[in-house]
Amino acid sequence: MMGKALGKIYIVLVVLFMYAPIMVLIALSFNASKSRVIWGGFTLKWYRTLFESSAIISAIGTTLLLALLSAAIACIIGLTASLGIYAMKKRDYKIMLFFTNIPLLNADIVTGIALMLWFVKFMPLGFSSVLVAHVTFNIPYVILCILPKLETMDIRQFEAARDLGATSFYAFVKILIPDLMPGIFAGFFMAFTMSMDDFVITYFTKGPGVNTLSTLIYGEIRKGIKPEMYALSSLLFFIVLIMLIIVNISARDNKDKSDLAAY
Amino acid sequence: MNKNRVQVLSIPYILWVIGFTVIPLIFVVAKAATNAEGDFTFEYLLAIFDPVHRKALLLSVCLAFISSVICVLISYPAALILKSAKFKDTKIIMFIMILPMWMNFILRILAIQLLISKNGVINHLLSVLHLGQIDIINTPIAIVIGMVYDYLPYMLLPVLNCVLAIPDDIIEAGKDLGAGKFHVLTKILIPLSLSGIGSGITMVFVPSMTEFVIANILGGGKIQLLGNIIEQEFSVSMNWNLGSGLSLTLMIFVLITTLLFGRNSANNRNFVL
Repeated sequence: MMGKALGKIYIVLVVLFMYAPIMVLIALSFNASKSRVIWGGFTLKWYRTLFESSAIISAIGTTLLLALLSAAIACIIGLTASLGIYAMKKRDYKIMLFFTNIPLLNADIVTGIALMLWFVKFMPLGFSSVLVAHVTFNIPYVILCILPKLETMDIRQFEAARDLGATSFYAFVKILIPDLMPGIFAGFFMAFTMSMDDFVITYFTKGPGVNTLSTLIYGEIRKGIKPEMYALSSLLFFIVLIMLIIVNISARDNKDKSDLAAY
Repeated sequence: MNKNRVQVLSIPYILWVIGFTVIPLIFVVAKAATNAEGDFTFEYLLAIFDPVHRKALLLSVCLAFISSVICVLISYPAALILKSAKFKDTKIIMFIMILPMWMNFILRILAIQLLISKNGVINHLLSVLHLGQIDIINTPIAIVIGMVYDYLPYMLLPVLNCVLAIPDDIIEAGKDLGAGKFHVLTKILIPLSLSGIGSGITMVFVPSMTEFVIANILGGGKIQLLGNIIEQEFSVSMNWNLGSGLSLTLMIFVLITTLLFGRNSANNRNFVL
């Protein structure tokens, strides 16, 4: 069919538009020549310089630590917040959701500036200020992952456990947590990647000397062509890709298991 | 379950919101409404009417608008194709299209810069083929390309979700009642996908309008969007009062966009999970 073939071509073109630039970047990260257009042979030397640069290594460490810590803190606060919000009356519930939405709707640049104005008054700019900023924009994502799960959950199981003599903490750990696990996991993953991805808010709240991968790449590419940055970008690309594939496979496995459990 | 006792659990979050969301915004308002000596002034709140700032705002809104329209024009046909063609693995195709959303966005801008700069990959290919040269780096066109490339997944996702969710029965019913292809599109498909297009527009328009990184990297610092001016007031000129005043203006524009086109569904990334 003619129409279907044209449709396929269109979809392929859109996918090409999305991936071609990244593919070129990855190809150039293996290019021995510093030029962007001349192929000087295959090399891994940019990857080697990457791991020899202490600035890059420390940026990788900062980025991962920041993403892990901010996602973990956001998950704890977000989980307790979700439980509390879930128990609220309709009016309070709506007020809480309104405030939860502020960091999501607001422009990153305004959030970043607002936090910076606050930090310069009360705490030094550095790792801890960036951490607080990341937790702030991560909590809403966690809440939006957990709250819908709470709403579709069967609360009677929890009440049954309580009636049978479980303490509320024991029932919470044994009944609620397993049910909420997919939501908590999704929230953690989302918070982790949002933190890894963020540039603008980090840029305004970091002090001198602290660099995440985003701010490092931004600083370096403004100085000129840096093939190490292509290598770094390619690494980031593959890390995220692998993470997404793992998350999807495990999510599918869980789904299969719960489908089986339903029979 | 004792509801009051459970509600107490949200106290840490409430404190966090007050401390790190509400108070910082009050700080912005306070900075915007005072001058360097701390006296009240309207100067910075009205600074947007200064010709330089007005021009930057206009350019920001224009480029964001153009980018949003291009994103709709790319996404909508793709959604219609995926809906009508009934490929075997629509879900996987969708996954592949949305995937770049998870890639670091500075990285993606770097990739675009590689392609379109003066001695970049595209110009090299063109010169090999003797097809002349493109000279778009450091122009608004380059910035629009960057914005479209960066934010297209945020349009694709809601539009695809919305169009694919339209029941085939409705389209069949329309056809049975005599609607041609054109009427199916204008009377059924488009009206039923407006909510998806709306949230897509919010998700593309807001970040594009408040952007400064793309303009810095692809515009070579020559093109001033409102975001660039605000960033410079904070990092170079150190006039934080002016920067806050302009930020407040920006916030008002974000609010208007959200009210016009519906809120963005921040949970969008959830699709991949």
